[in-house]
Amino acid sequence: MDLTPTPSQTVGPYLHLGLTDTRSKSLVAGDGAKGERVQLTFRVLDGEGAPVPDAMIELWHADSEGNYAHHDADADGAAFRGFGRLATGEDGSCTFETIKPGRVPGPGETVQAPHINVSVLGRGILKRLSTRVYFAGEPANAADPVLALVPENRSTTLLARPDSTRPGNWIFDVRLRGEGETVFFDV
Amino acid sequence: MASSLIRSKSDNPKGFVVPFRRQEPGTQPDYFYPAYRATRLRAPSQPLIFLPHTLSEVTGPVFGDSDIRRHDQDLTLQHAGEPLGERIIVRGRVVDGDGHPVTNSLIEIWQANAAGRYAHAKDDHPAPLDPNFTGTGRTLTDNDGFYSFVTIKPGAYPWRNHDNAWRPAHIHFSLFGPAFVTRLITQMYFPGDPLFAYDPILQSIPDERARQRLVSKFDLETTKPEWALGYRFDIVLRGRESTPFER
Repeated sequence: MDLTPTPSQTVGPYLHLGLTDTRSKSLVAGDGAKGERVQLTFRVLDGEGAPVPDAMIELWHADSEGNYAHHDADADGAAFRGFGRLATGEDGSCTFETIKPGRVPGPGETVQAPHINVSVLGRGILKRLSTRVYFAGEPANAADPVLALVPENRSTTLLARPDSTRPGNWIFDVRLRGEGETVFFDV
Repeated sequence: MASSLIRSKSDNPKGFVVPFRRQEPGTQPDYFYPAYRATRLRAPSQPLIFLPHTLSEVTGPVFGDSDIRRHDQDLTLQHAGEPLGERIIVRGRVVDGDGHPVTNSLIEIWQANAAGRYAHAKDDHPAPLDPNFTGTGRTLTDNDGFYSFVTIKPGAYPWRNHDNAWRPAHIHFSLFGPAFVTRLITQMYFPGDPLFAYDPILQSIPDERARQRLVSKFDLETTKPEWALGYRFDIVLRGRESTPFER
């Protein structure tokens, strides 16, 4: 048997039917999870700056102590799941309820700054786009081994910014193409 | 294999990980494929930045029996009556790049009905909806990596990508595998479909052999006499770099 990985295809415009109509997960960390509560809003924008109303965002992140819930968190009744997924609305946005992740070990002796691993899927996206959300103003960002790989003039695209009018709310723009294009990773 | 999985920081204070292998050129679609019109404004223009794998990439969400509801695996039993169309069984095995089974792993599918219409508010193709068909399924692979669904064969349908554009019949597949980097969303096609050559979504994969991997095979072994045709669709997720048993 040929063991080359199966090719990717777009999730298409009807992703909701299979993935989010009854199976979306906006709650990444329940009330019982330790850590600083965060409401994280994504806005997905296309190459002309128009909102993308048929995209899907998936999150994967560590708990407040830097551990991943790499087990069946629902079956365990755990407050912290670490996984979320939502379709974007007509305005291209979706909002997750979670906590700010802790720090996870990086290569060698490094420790990564708090970050959220993100998959962006949608019509017109032939294979999953992968990016990371970091938090603006976080001192650990300066020594993060992954941010260090990103050209300085683009690293701000990976920073969620606090919503000054609503404490605990953060906003992250995913610009798929062109001006201010978000950094995407080859994972 | 399980023993090589690194689950958390406490198992692994130095962040040592066994990375996953990278994809071979031509075996996956490019992002920018102008014949598929929607990529023109949605494909990144900058090169991706190579990310060495850390704990963040080699861990991933785990799903279990609590994620599966009754009749999720049989799309013909989800309503009061049976859906119209050709009943089929889709069966296959999910393995990693070393041929090891991917066990107890979530698979989600969705598809159009036999007339080529999705039970979705935004699908305005003037073909009938089927009150007995939603087109959504979900299952876990077993201990050998096998899965199966009972469903009906979806119809081809038009889309507005270009003049007289039709999608070949397909079933959408979503898989997680063991890690953030093994996430795969793809589409399964049916053998001998005359629309393959005209479909920019399938043709966005440069390598012909890679495209063929998305075409299921008619399978007499899966076929049940007097009841349903069987199609075999095996899926390969990315494997890890060399293990201690390999060079």
